[in-house]
Amino acid sequence: MKLIFEKSMPGRRGVRTTQSDVPETINIKKEFLRAQPAEISQLSELDVVRHFTELSRRNFGVDTNFYPLGSCTMKYNPKVTERIASYPGFAHLHPLLPQLRGGGMLTQGALAVLYEMDLLLREITGMAGFTMQPLAGAHGELTGIMIMAAYHRDKKNKKTTVLIPDSAHGTNPASAAIAGYKVVPIASTDKGVMNIDALKKALNDEVAGLMLTCPNTLGLFDPNVKEICDLIHSVDGVTYCDGANFNAIVGKARPADFGFDIVHINLHKTFATPHGGGGPGAGPVGVRGKLVDYLPVSLVVKRDDGTYALEYDRPKSIGYIAPFYGNFAVILRAYVYILMLGKEGLVRVSENAVLNANYIRVKLRDYFEPAVDTICMHECVVSPSKKMLDSGVHALDVAKALIDRGFHPPTVYFPTTVKDAMMLEPTETESKETLDAFIEAMKDIAAISLKEPEKIKAAPVTTPVCRPDETAAVKNLDLACL
Amino acid sequence: MPFIANTDEQRRQMLAEIWLTMERLFSDIPKKFQCSRLNLPQGLTEQEVRETLAALAGKNSIDLTLFLGGGFYDHFIPAAVYSIISRSEFYTAYTPYQPEVSQGTLQAIYEYQSMICRLTDMQVANASLYDGGTAMYEAMMMALRTTGRNKVIIDTSVNPIYRVMIESYTRNLGIEHVQTQCATGQVNREQIMAKLDNETAAVILQNPNFFGCIDDFSDIAEAAHKKGALLIVSCYPISLGILKTPGAMGADIVTGEGQSLGLTMSFGGPYLGFMATKMEYVRKMPGRIIGRTVDRNGNKCFVMTLQAREQHIRREKATSNICSNEALCAMTALVYLALMGKEGLRQTAQLCADKASYAYSRLTAIPGVKPHFGAKWFFNEFVLDLPKDAADVIVKLIEKGFAAGFPLSRYYPDMKNSMLVCVTEKRTKQQIGMFAEALESVL
Repeated sequence: MKLIFEKSMPGRRGVRTTQSDVPETINIKKEFLRAQPAEISQLSELDVVRHFTELSRRNFGVDTNFYPLGSCTMKYNPKVTERIASYPGFAHLHPLLPQLRGGGMLTQGALAVLYEMDLLLREITGMAGFTMQPLAGAHGELTGIMIMAAYHRDKKNKKTTVLIPDSAHGTNPASAAIAGYKVVPIASTDKGVMNIDALKKALNDEVAGLMLTCPNTLGLFDPNVKEICDLIHSVDGVTYCDGANFNAIVGKARPADFGFDIVHINLHKTFATPHGGGGPGAGPVGVRGKLVDYLPVSLVVKRDDGTYALEYDRPKSIGYIAPFYGNFAVILRAYVYILMLGKEGLVRVSENAVLNANYIRVKLRDYFEPAVDTICMHECVVSPSKKMLDSGVHALDVAKALIDRGFHPPTVYFPTTVKDAMMLEPTETESKETLDAFIEAMKDIAAISLKEPEKIKAAPVTTPVCRPDETAAVKNLDLACL
Repeated sequence: MPFIANTDEQRRQMLAEIWLTMERLFSDIPKKFQCSRLNLPQGLTEQEVRETLAALAGKNSIDLTLFLGGGFYDHFIPAAVYSIISRSEFYTAYTPYQPEVSQGTLQAIYEYQSMICRLTDMQVANASLYDGGTAMYEAMMMALRTTGRNKVIIDTSVNPIYRVMIESYTRNLGIEHVQTQCATGQVNREQIMAKLDNETAAVILQNPNFFGCIDDFSDIAEAAHKKGALLIVSCYPISLGILKTPGAMGADIVTGEGQSLGLTMSFGGPYLGFMATKMEYVRKMPGRIIGRTVDRNGNKCFVMTLQAREQHIRREKATSNICSNEALCAMTALVYLALMGKEGLRQTAQLCADKASYAYSRLTAIPGVKPHFGAKWFFNEFVLDLPKDAADVIVKLIEKGFAAGFPLSRYYPDMKNSMLVCVTEKRTKQQIGMFAEALESVL
């Protein structure tokens, strides 16, 4: 399909700008002006609408069909949250208003949302305080590590390393590194959980803390999590819980109770805000009491008269990590979602998410190789069977064959500790009927792989493109139409 | 239960089929850590939650006439923007890991990258960063990596919100920050030239700067390049409808806040950090990048590319830790630009400048109100000196229905009586006139 620039017709307009009603046209000095107007495409409104409608038909979303992309929690995004985020009282609120003298009173509704969300997340995680500012999960990780660093600086601890299991998301080591720490990877056991002996060996006074994804990227809850946290605390280390997989335990268990000092929650995963083709997300960070003073500036507080205000006077704070109060419209959607589920609903979320994952795991057990053959939490990791691999069918081929059967593929080749990994996360919003249809598709792919593997290797055949050449993309870089 | 498909009967059936119980499913979590019941409210129905939130939305003042900018602007947004980005094929998708089912997102982001390049006169842009502030921080880190140096120069005319963010991010990293003091409205060239040396990784500037003043940094780019340093310029994309581009000035990395490109203000986010650079630096650039290639059958198509820079491949050696970005906001910016078109964007920028110029004339005609900087070279924001504390004047104007501007003393302690005023294309001559009358009445 043509690029938008290739559809441009000189002189065509999409929007008519309002006539100027002021008497003068300002003549800015020529040296400050651009030589030529920017070459933006020239199209009618209908041209633009058709272009993007056509593009949308080349996209697959949760609303299209089952999207079991592991570690991403592609649950249904309730429409009511979109409606509420577009209320003019929220959408047209200028972020600098509360920074005017007395301006907090102009934004009481928005401040109430932030304050109440803080309280809800405290109760759900067991933490003592939250910052809503982190703009994504990885941004939450960086914020958490900065809090860890501020704590050690304050205590005059000389700490240089952060321990991270080898099964962690790549964002964990990257976040620790850009905050100035050396990363020490810890091997997992063959059961897929942390190797306590390896952890003990790596433990010393240089250790600033540990980042642990809980449940982990194999979809397993590490039963030794409390012992692990205690070990880290024994060297005055700080324990960081990557809450990317929080959907598995929401309403059932709380990270603070296992001994975690810091947690980030991906609102776009657990709390159902849309993923937007890659973002925006939101990654609020919660901390235990001893770390509350280090949370970023500002925090919303409730005054004695029941009004809300922003608190800036926080001398121990790590400072400003976002321009304002976080991705407010994302936080707002997640707040609405929590209000609608309530205490009963949240428990049902994790129960059904875990049930759905185990249902898939057990039903596929005889056709695919489980990474670890044990009860999983919200997601399971499997690989093609040995026979499938012998006939040349790999995880990527299974993924592409699923596309032809109307499903979005699982995450493939992650975690990297599992060969040919396929990470399946069904989420609680999917029905048994959908799961059954998916399981049948997987069985079908497994069967065809043994008989006619070339058919699977040829997939997908139902999409406008098939297996783009990624090597050529790097070799002949074409990154913009100029 | 809302949003959960399976009935209780189906739950029982599924558990029976896999020979498990709900208790067994959670048995890896030690019993003592399983909470019985959280202290949370009962769930609300859609009707209830809409009423509750409508009441909260009603407690926010959105009826003020806005002359408040400071890097975040009240621009007109065509209805088609919302209608297009509300297509759930776009907004309920995730990162385009599977190109065959993501050509919509991938092509749109490629087009977005192209739009940003055309707007800034740069060669390559990434698929978005969180906001203008984190984009500036990432650009600084990129310059440090590229040059292998450890010192950056940043002028006080750069948005102070971004400057405090950069300070926070680098507190653990031992980077030398040199601040040059903007005195005339334009950047302090003398100080910048004096501080530029062979240790400098980058000079960080903004155009139009936080005070609204416009500049041409070509001389600074040249001086920086002579010392082997990079020039980073943060810019306001709407202004590029008419203003000289950072690319034409010789900037090496361009960043900015994309909120003005069709995104609602939404009390601070989600926004859009954009970043563009020269081709020679593309491998040092953070964030996702979409490239055009061909598929197995020779069809043109799009994929995520140069992933060897990113955290999911490089882990602690990655150029950044970013994973989720602001893709839907990038798409919003693309749709906005496509609707505005070449002429619409130029006219919008010109309207902003014209109306600001008119407001400047009206407001500086009020006895006691003076322009803070001598020169009249601004885009759509300017600084006024009032005869009294600006913060007090702004409070009084709120009572009259105006968000009059930003009190600069919040970030510049010696500018107690100064107010930053912003005028977008949405303000009318009549509103500007009423604002001038209101300001005069409270002085």
